[in-house]
Amino acid sequence: MKVVILGCSRVGAVLASWLVENKHEVSVIDWEFNSFRRLPKELEVKQILGMGADIDVLQKAGIAEADAFIAVTNSDNTNLMSSQLVKNKFNVKKVMARVYDPHRARAFQEIGLNIICPTISAAEQLKEFLMKKEEEE
Amino acid sequence: MYVLVVGGGQVGVNLTKLLLAEGKEVLLVEKDPKRYAQLADEFGENVILGDGTELGTLMDTGANRADVLIAATGADQDNLIICQTAKVLYLIPKTIARVNDPRNEELFQTLGVDATVSSTRIIGSLIEEKIDPGMAIPLMALKGEVEIFQTELEADSPLLQKKLSKLKLPEDVIIFAAIRGNEVIIPKGDTVFEEGDKLMVLAKKEGKEEFKKLFL
Repeated sequence: MKVVILGCSRVGAVLASWLVENKHEVSVIDWEFNSFRRLPKELEVKQILGMGADIDVLQKAGIAEADAFIAVTNSDNTNLMSSQLVKNKFNVKKVMARVYDPHRARAFQEIGLNIICPTISAAEQLKEFLMKKEEEE
Repeated sequence: MYVLVVGGGQVGVNLTKLLLAEGKEVLLVEKDPKRYAQLADEFGENVILGDGTELGTLMDTGANRADVLIAATGADQDNLIICQTAKVLYLIPKTIARVNDPRNEELFQTLGVDATVSSTRIIGSLIEEKIDPGMAIPLMALKGEVEIFQTELEADSPLLQKKLSKLKLPEDVIIFAAIRGNEVIIPKGDTVFEEGDKLMVLAKKEGKEEFKKLFL
């Protein structure tokens, strides 16, 4: 599988490493060169320096031939805009954006985007943890 | 009319002043506390502190009552998401986005933003006009790859000396106005264009290319 990851954030770097170890082809885009330090040395990843919600940068990362696009920058809005750009302009099968703000996550899920909201997932895990403890005691 | 302006930079501030002077109800939304403090001195209750993409902020503004939202921040991604959230969550009838990268205009419109304004494109167009009067200067991008552009007729233009009905215009091209001095002419079949006329043309992408090849 060919995957373009926008944002060499912690989750972006972990995902990239896992994909490469499992023989997938990965390009990572970040606008700060320093962010690429999060990738393990010697890891075979195409590193693209540039702003993600930009068609030229996405093309340089090989979006036209990609099977999947994952937007995990630290900006909800950049993730939402770039994934909509990719969905509209390219024939990429799997597109997902990370959105921290639960309200925005819900709004864009409603209009058909694939969204992962770490805030909701974390709150749910915490809820589960707290409830479980109560029952045991 | 109730207008929300998001982003208290130069564009947002001057726009707010303009709208207030026209007697409109305006609320300016600024997310930086320092900038907000400066603006509050000038605009009083016409400005609030908050992030235009966050639900709480938009609720405080009474967003669902707004007729128009204008996203005027300096970041395209923020302006797009502000407009989309306004549409989806608050059903604001009209949204306008400032677009910094002109290549984003078409995408924004495809994604439901009602109108886009790109100062980059407008300034670029003005420069083109000063440099080369015989060019097709884009004025406005519309949905479905339709564009309005302007072109000034030079002495050797093949569009001169013939009635409009005799000109072989490409498909999907309409000349809908000609500006001659201070006069605006809405052309009919028997209109004959003159040197120096500024034509306003509505065309689809292919039509525009064809038009440029044949006449410019």
